[in-house]
Amino acid sequence: MGTTTAAAGKQEKISLLKVLGPVHVWALGVGIVLVGEYMGWNFSVAKGGAYGALIACWVIGLLYTCVAMIDSEVTSTVAAAGGQYTQAKHIIGPLMAFNVGLYLVMAYTMLEAADALVVGDLLKAVAAQYGAELDPRPFVVLTIAFLAWLNYRGVFMTLTVNFVITAFAVLAILVLFFSTTGIAGGESVLRHSELLTDLPYGWIGVLASLQFGMWYYLGIEGTCQAAEEVRSAGRSIPLGTMGGMMTLLIAASLTWYICTGLIPWEYLGQATTPLYDAARLTGSVELEVILFIGTMFAAIASANGCINDSSRAWFSMSRDRYMPHWFGAVHPRYRTPYRAILFLIPIAVSFAFTGLLDQVITFSILSGLLGYTFMSFNIVRFRRLWPLGSIERGYVHPFHPVPAIVLGLLCGATYFATYLGYGTSLLSIMAFYILVSIWFVVRRYPYVKRGEQFTMPWPRPKGY
Amino acid sequence: MSRTIYKPPVQKGFGQFVDALVVLALVYLSLLAPLLLGGTAAESDAPADKPVATWEAMQQNETMAAQWQKLGFDAEKAEPIVSKKFSYEIEAWSLGITVAVIAAYFFFVLKVSDREYREVINERFGPRTGKED
Repeated sequence: MGTTTAAAGKQEKISLLKVLGPVHVWALGVGIVLVGEYMGWNFSVAKGGAYGALIACWVIGLLYTCVAMIDSEVTSTVAAAGGQYTQAKHIIGPLMAFNVGLYLVMAYTMLEAADALVVGDLLKAVAAQYGAELDPRPFVVLTIAFLAWLNYRGVFMTLTVNFVITAFAVLAILVLFFSTTGIAGGESVLRHSELLTDLPYGWIGVLASLQFGMWYYLGIEGTCQAAEEVRSAGRSIPLGTMGGMMTLLIAASLTWYICTGLIPWEYLGQATTPLYDAARLTGSVELEVILFIGTMFAAIASANGCINDSSRAWFSMSRDRYMPHWFGAVHPRYRTPYRAILFLIPIAVSFAFTGLLDQVITFSILSGLLGYTFMSFNIVRFRRLWPLGSIERGYVHPFHPVPAIVLGLLCGATYFATYLGYGTSLLSIMAFYILVSIWFVVRRYPYVKRGEQFTMPWPRPKGY
Repeated sequence: MSRTIYKPPVQKGFGQFVDALVVLALVYLSLLAPLLLGGTAAESDAPADKPVATWEAMQQNETMAAQWQKLGFDAEKAEPIVSKKFSYEIEAWSLGITVAVIAAYFFFVLKVSDREYREVINERFGPRTGKED
């Protein structure tokens, strides 16, 4: 629950609305991530070649399958806004929770900035095709402002819109696949045998490509942010998250197959909108239009989901006083965390206009990666503090602790990949999290009400 | 034993505003730091014996060349993209520092979190009596 000031001036407790179902959870998760298929994943081709990107797609797919399995169990049991932040608060402790909350805010706000840039860049590219010059900046601001308004007005409409535009973006990939392979009729236009090459940098390149391989799936764990607003967390979260993961594994494999069969790998490795470029190469105007709309919708759906998730994480931290309490308010009419939504908008716009897109993307990826590292030991501790049977779980993931161990190992490999490509950025981002942790201990923790950090109706944790 | 409830101070609006700004300032600083320190993506230097900008010299077969052209690139325009290469050099000292920083970060966060978690649990459930487990 959050606080808001009523007309009479006294403080009331108002909670977020419980209106969402599994379809909305799917739309939130896939909506945030699918843009990674439309742009971003292909930088892994530059790092390790086309085959390197395919290996990265599957290896990182395994990492995210572990994330989805672990997340489904913990979130269906700790059903509250803030997702992993709230989990950390109940299972590890306040400083870890503060860090996890910041991972979420940074990963989503920076991804939102990159999404808005894609909208602007795509419009600029299409205008250039027709000989016109276009300044993309007003479109970037307009996109973020419109989505913020949508989020401000209510979560149900926000995620219903996301479902429609995400479903279109998924269908656009399927249409392109059926058209280019000849399954829908005609001859295949894919030329894998002439376009695919050996690994250009050997296996070290494959390792390096893991960093951008995360773009195939980055953000699927955001489904947890809806935990406090779903009608049944035990059903909706696992169903929406695992369904989303399956959709993404299929979409990622199809995307790789289409793009590498049409585009030389050196071009693909630096393309801004690879699926749209693939549609252009088919020579079909209809496909070009469908993929243009698909790319726009994917970027808009992602930015929309990112606003939803980053604001929930910021709201939850503020509600608990980990961040200034003023941001922990719920709108009296729309029941949304409106102050958190509005506060993060100019920040996302400023990230988009820094001209440091590389840095912004690396910050987003690394924040996500730190969050996945947390998940690997969080689930082990969760099972140890409350063994199976001691509390009611919405879902129990199989093969524990194998997913946690695999997740930890793959996170280690991805840190190494980030070191290979962006070693200095990695260190500066780690310096940020270290400094901000010290700041929390010294400055913010004194404002935190200790006992109120534990709100679940569980018994005392074992060993404490 | 009676429970001790910690009562935090109330933070004024200005203090809240300053705290939000501090986090933002740190974020921007860490975004700019790699530029100030002079290192972002690991690209290798351009080769001294740069190939002549022809499709053959750039090892692009007929299909590749045709796709480049459909995308609006002739051999000369494609050359900077094709010749751009990454350098994956591993320096033991910088890898060691990176591993140490990540490990130290998690060690610090987990250690302090554990101390804070005990405060939370003791306030929520009362002090340990020794008969809990």
